[in-house]
Formats: sequence, structure tokens, C-alpha cells
Amino acid sequence: MPLQCTESDIRRWRAASVDDMSVAARVARVRKRSIKTESKVRLLRLALSMVDLTTLEGADSPERVRGLCHKALRPHPPMPELPSCAAVCVYPTMVATARAVLGADSPVKLAAVATAFPSGQLPLALKVQEVRETVAAGADEIDMVINRGAFLSGDYARVFDEIVAIKDACGPAHLKVILETGELGTLDNVAAASRLAMAAGGDFIKTSTGKIQPAATLEVALVMFEAIREHFLETGVRVGMKPAGGIRSAKLALHYLALLAETLGADWMTNEWFRFGASSLVNDLLRQLLWRDEGYYQSPRRFSVD
Amino acid sequence: MNDVSTKQDPRARELALAGALELSPSIEKHPVEIRPRYGHFIAGRWVEGRDEGVFETVNPATAKPLAQIAAADEAEVDAAVAAARKAYDEVWSKLSGLERGKYLFRIARRLQERAREFATLETTDNGKPIRETRDVDIPLVAAHFFYYAGWADKLEHAAAGRKVAPLGVAGQIIPWNFPLLMLAWKIAPALATGNTVVLKPAETTPLTAALFCDVLQEVGLPPGVVNIVNGAGETGAALVNHPGIDKIAFTGSTEVGRIIMRSIAGTKKKATMELGGKGANIVFADAALDQAVEGCVDGIFFNQGHVCCAGSRLLVEESIAEDFVARLRRRVSTLRIGDPLDKNTDVGAINSKDQHGMIDRYLDIAAQEGAKVWQGAACELPSTGYYHLPTILTGVQQTDTVVREEIFGPVLSVLTFRTPAEAIKKANDTEYGLACGVWSEKTSKLFRTAHALNCGVVWANGYNLFDPSSPFGGVRHSGFGREGGIAGLWPYMQEVAR
Repeated sequence: MPLQCTESDIRRWRAASVDDMSVAARVARVRKRSIKTESKVRLLRLALSMVDLTTLEGADSPERVRGLCHKALRPHPPMPELPSCAAVCVYPTMVATARAVLGADSPVKLAAVATAFPSGQLPLALKVQEVRETVAAGADEIDMVINRGAFLSGDYARVFDEIVAIKDACGPAHLKVILETGELGTLDNVAAASRLAMAAGGDFIKTSTGKIQPAATLEVALVMFEAIREHFLETGVRVGMKPAGGIRSAKLALHYLALLAETLGADWMTNEWFRFGASSLVNDLLRQLLWRDEGYYQSPRRFSVD
Repeated sequence: MNDVSTKQDPRARELALAGALELSPSIEKHPVEIRPRYGHFIAGRWVEGRDEGVFETVNPATAKPLAQIAAADEAEVDAAVAAARKAYDEVWSKLSGLERGKYLFRIARRLQERAREFATLETTDNGKPIRETRDVDIPLVAAHFFYYAGWADKLEHAAAGRKVAPLGVAGQIIPWNFPLLMLAWKIAPALATGNTVVLKPAETTPLTAALFCDVLQEVGLPPGVVNIVNGAGETGAALVNHPGIDKIAFTGSTEVGRIIMRSIAGTKKKATMELGGKGANIVFADAALDQAVEGCVDGIFFNQGHVCCAGSRLLVEESIAEDFVARLRRRVSTLRIGDPLDKNTDVGAINSKDQHGMIDRYLDIAAQEGAKVWQGAACELPSTGYYHLPTILTGVQQTDTVVREEIFGPVLSVLTFRTPAEAIKKANDTEYGLACGVWSEKTSKLFRTAHALNCGVVWANGYNLFDPSSPFGGVRHSGFGREGGIAGLWPYMQEVAR
């Protein structure tokens, strides 16, 4: 018997109300956090270990994916003490290629976007099949997209049932549920979709595909953190969070971590519960880390492009 | 729906918030010059002042003295008033509004240019966090001068169809909680309307007013238009009782406000009084709760609670009270208390040893009267300096001392209500009437409640939001007269025959 949601669950998710002005003020305050010296290095390294290094282009090639895997394993070979990234994130067709490079017991997880990413516009049966095949090919984590059309039309039950079906198809793989907050329109909707996705069994909730603007913002992240906090306090179940898209600077990444620490606390300050969906962010993290050691900013050319 | 909950120990379900974000010190190091001794600024130049009665201003973060301050006696106050009168008669009242406005614009711009210096000095002398002086106090100071600069040549429009004139010499006495901001609230409208002033800063925070005199010299303000006399209560009394003063503007305690009103009764002196408060934040169950938490935290812990309009009473709907207090405590657990010059400090030092002792005495009374005391922060208190943990009192009632009296510190009293009528009754059940906040996502409820509240300012879904164009002031024991906006011009003008 699959997990089901009731009318009262739906009413409860919809009742979530968020005040946009206050959220913006709270975010503005977090952006004022001055993260310097030792604490900066510690958080830069932590951020590096939280990156889902991502390539999601139509033109992706096996060679590009191999390059991405190398970078995720050893972001900057002259500094072997740096942590590796949390995961690589690729399309399903690239999973076997990535797995071959990473090996069976890699410290770097293998994540794949599935469920007709990024639009999600396919019949459910096909999405389920895609997820099964992707997991069979070696994916540790599945990043699915929710059915935004159904959500915005008010058909929450359908969105819920689809997530439940995908979660079931994932088997042992972890499920990240992409809300595509840039299409949800309001922070109230973000709060409701977060509650729905967690209730349906998502292991992570994720802001965006990266294909829609706006992608991740600190405002959206705060609302999702608060939803995760409520879910944890109500059920005891921890859910992870992944902002994705548009996070290119180390400074912004550190402000996400400050907001995370002040909303969810120390237990979430690990790549088990927090990820950045990003690619160019890694090089900026490296530049900042090397600046501490060498006293000046490196040319961007010092690091591989991806 | 999720049966995991029954298997887990609910006690384990708390968040590890305190200490979750370890930050290295990030100290504001902008150089500020503090002279060993300050006298009085009279007729455009510094006079040393008498040695008798010299006192110290102290850095509350370290409890170490910063400078010696002379206390003005009646003769020095008289000299300052005479300088102000001379400047009024000979220069300032003869200048056009346009010319007065130019000086105010220059002051505003110079304050912006030296903002970092002012912020650093204010934090050093007052103990409030640099984040607040940098982002709130000093920007608002400049904004206030800009705003009233714009009015200086448009006073006829503020008083449609009527002719207005300045009052003459204004005596102004300001508190220590927002030293430079209160100076701006007093001086900007007074000068815009054509008055000259003698201002007395608080004895524990005289330094930014002294630095402000530098700015006045830089912009070439005619000597005597602004005079600053330092000192404590006796100096204030000399100013209030001086026969050459046409108007008294006072911000401070209700107790001192009463003394001033008694002394000027029967004289020609006009007055505005901005006094104490016991603001209530009313949180309805249909509010956006996490944002209401943010507002309540800002309402009482902003500036260590040294805010006359602080939301020191929380009235929360009974059905959500337990949940809401838990959210409040979680948020307070992330507040960083410490060196006010650290850019990450959320709550700084209490301004003086006296005030620190006062807050502790109120907490003793609260405990005796049966309150449950909870304190929290993200970190330990520093070992030196006057620091106080953010405090939340539950189990208190309307009759309790801490609910009735202004504590002027980081102490929040939590009470509950069941219906809007009960919320309004409790909010109005106070001698004061300065500010309140209402939190609800239902607009009709916001308006109905706001109109029923007996106070000068009501914020809806926000708290402690200030803008120079918005009038501020109280009713009942919170005082009378308005500062800010068009309403802030009237206390410094009189209608005259056309």
C-alpha cells in the first residue's frame, strides 16, 4: 500500500504562510555576516565538500563527464588535503560513464537527474522506468522534478503520488525532490511544496533545475530550511536541502552556510544533509582557499574549467 | 502519516543551534580620534569648561574610561544660550530657507562621508553593535538631515495658507540609547525651521555629539547656531530653567520628563516630550510565525533593548503560545553577544554599569513575583564589560512589575490572550502609549486592532522600522509632540499674522 495523503494533509501544507518582506530582511541580515580568517577557511573547505559538481547540457560528452569526475575526486591536485566534492550530477545516459571513473566505493556520490528533467512533462510510467534504469546503471542519488503543472493547478495529491512512486522506484538510491521554485511564484507555494515533498518521502528537497530563472535564492532557501525544521520537529525525520543554480561565488556559498547554521543548526552542517548544485562555484572556492595560503588571488586560469 | 515519530525520543528532536556557526573575530578597525578631555561647543568653538565636576565617559564593552568630560554650570549654559540667541537674531533668522537648507544638505553629506568614523565612535562610546551603528543609526542620521534639508525652503507648503515663523532658541536634551540619531532628530527640524539650539548630550555618550561639532565647523555653519553643553542632570536643569530658552525638546525617562514639565509650567516655553514606553507585540495565530519571531526578536533585542519603543511585552494568542515561545528561544539561541566592534555581534554591551544593575534588579523582582526566567545566546558572555544575556520571562501577569515598568534592557515578558478584544485590552493596559506591533496575515484584523490601540505608533507585520518622513511620538506617559515627517516641523514653528 503506497503512502497516501489526505485532504487534511493538503489543507495543512496550504496553510503555510510566509511574509516575503520579513524573509528578505532576515536574508539581508545574514548577508552581513562577516566570515573571515580561520572560520572562512573552515567553511570554504566545508562548502567544497558539499558541492554536487554538475553538468547538464545537451552537448555533454563522455569525455566531459570523465573530466568532471576527476575534478570532483581531486578538485585541485596540488592540494591533496582538500576534500573531494560530495557528488557529480549528470544526465542518466552518462551514469555508466561516471560510474566507471568513480569506481564502486567512491567517496564521491553519483547523482543523476531523472523524471524527464527539467520539465517533468512525461507520463508517470515513463518517469518511473527512467528512474529504475538510472539506478540500475549505478546512480546513488536521483534528482527528480515535481509536476509543477499539477501543483499550480492545486492537484497536490497527484504531485504527492508521483513523488511516492518515484521514491519507490529509487530503491536504495536517495531521492532529491526539485521544487523548481522559480516556477512556483510565491514563497507560500515554496513552503507548501516543501512540506508536500518531505511528507511524500523525499530525502532532500532541492530548489531548482538550474534551467529556469530565478534559480536558488537565499530567500527561498530560508523558507525551505524552516520547512525542514518543522518537519524534523514534528516527525523526527531529517531531510536534506540542496540549493542549485546561480551559486557561483564563494561568498554567496558561505552566506548559505551561515543561514543554514542559524536555522537548522550544527547537525545539518555536513554534506550528508546539505549540498550545493553548482559547477563554477568550485573554482571560486579554490581561489579563496589559495588566497589564504599564497596571499593573492589566483588567475582563474590556474584551475581547470571543470 | 509518518510513524517514525513514535519511535524516536522527542527530547532528541531539538536543533543544535547555539555555537553552530563559529566565526573568527571580525573587528571594525576604522581609526577614531578621542581627545583626552571635552568641554563645551559654544559659539562655534570649544571651551574647556571647569575642572570642578569633571566626569568620565566609559567604553561599556571594556568598562575602561574613554575621555574626561567637563560639566557645564549655569554660567556656561548661559553663555551657550547667549550665543544661540545672538546667532538667531543676527544670522539664522535672517537667512532664507533655501540657504538654511544648503547647510543641512552639507551636514548630511559630510555625515555620510564620515559615516564609518561616526559608527565606530558611536559603538565605542555606547556599546551597541557596529552592525547597528553602521546599518541603522548613522544612515538614519544622514537621512534625517537630508529630509529636513528639503523642508527648509518649503515651510509655507507644510502650513498651507498660513505664515509660519521659528520659535527662537531651542534647548534640547537627548538620551544615551541612540546618541547621534537623537541629536539628528532634534537638530535637523530645529535648524530647518529657523531656530538655533543648545543641546545637551547624555553624560554617558557625549563623543559623537562632539565629533558632530567637527562636521559643523567643516561645513561652515555660522557660530552659535548649534551649541553643545556637556553634563548630567544639573546641566540639564540649568538649560531647562534658563529664561532665554523658547522651547524644550526632551527625549528620556518619564520621570525626568515630569520634572521638566513642572519646571517650565507657567513659562512661555513650549515643549515636546518623547518619554518611556512598554510596547506590546500582538501575535495572532494566523501570523506568518517565523517572520513574527524575527520581528519580536528585533523588537526587544535590537540595541540591547535600550529603545523607548521596544516591544518589551509579547502578547501571543494562547493556541500558539507554546510553539511560538519555542521558536523565539531557538532564534535567540543564535544571537551573538560580545564585542560591539565585531561585525558579527548581534547584541552588544549595556551602556552603563548603572543600567546593567537596574536590569538585574528587575530580574530579581520578576523572580520574586513568580516569573519563569529563560536566557540564551549563541555564545558565552565576555568576562569584562557590561553584558547581559537576552532574557525571556514567561508566567508573568499584567499586575507584575516587569510587565508594567519600562526595564530598558534585553528582557521580554510573554503574556497570552484568546480573542482580539483581550489582546487590545491587555496591550492598552499600561501607563505608556508609544508603540505596538500587530502580526497577522489577515489585513482586516491588522487594521481593526491597530485602530483600537492607544499609542503613537503601530507597526503591522514589522517592528522598529524608522524613516525620517514618518512621525514618531507617544501618548499618555510616553509624552507628546512628534518627531519626523511634516508633523515634526510643527513643534519648532509658530503661526504668525500674514
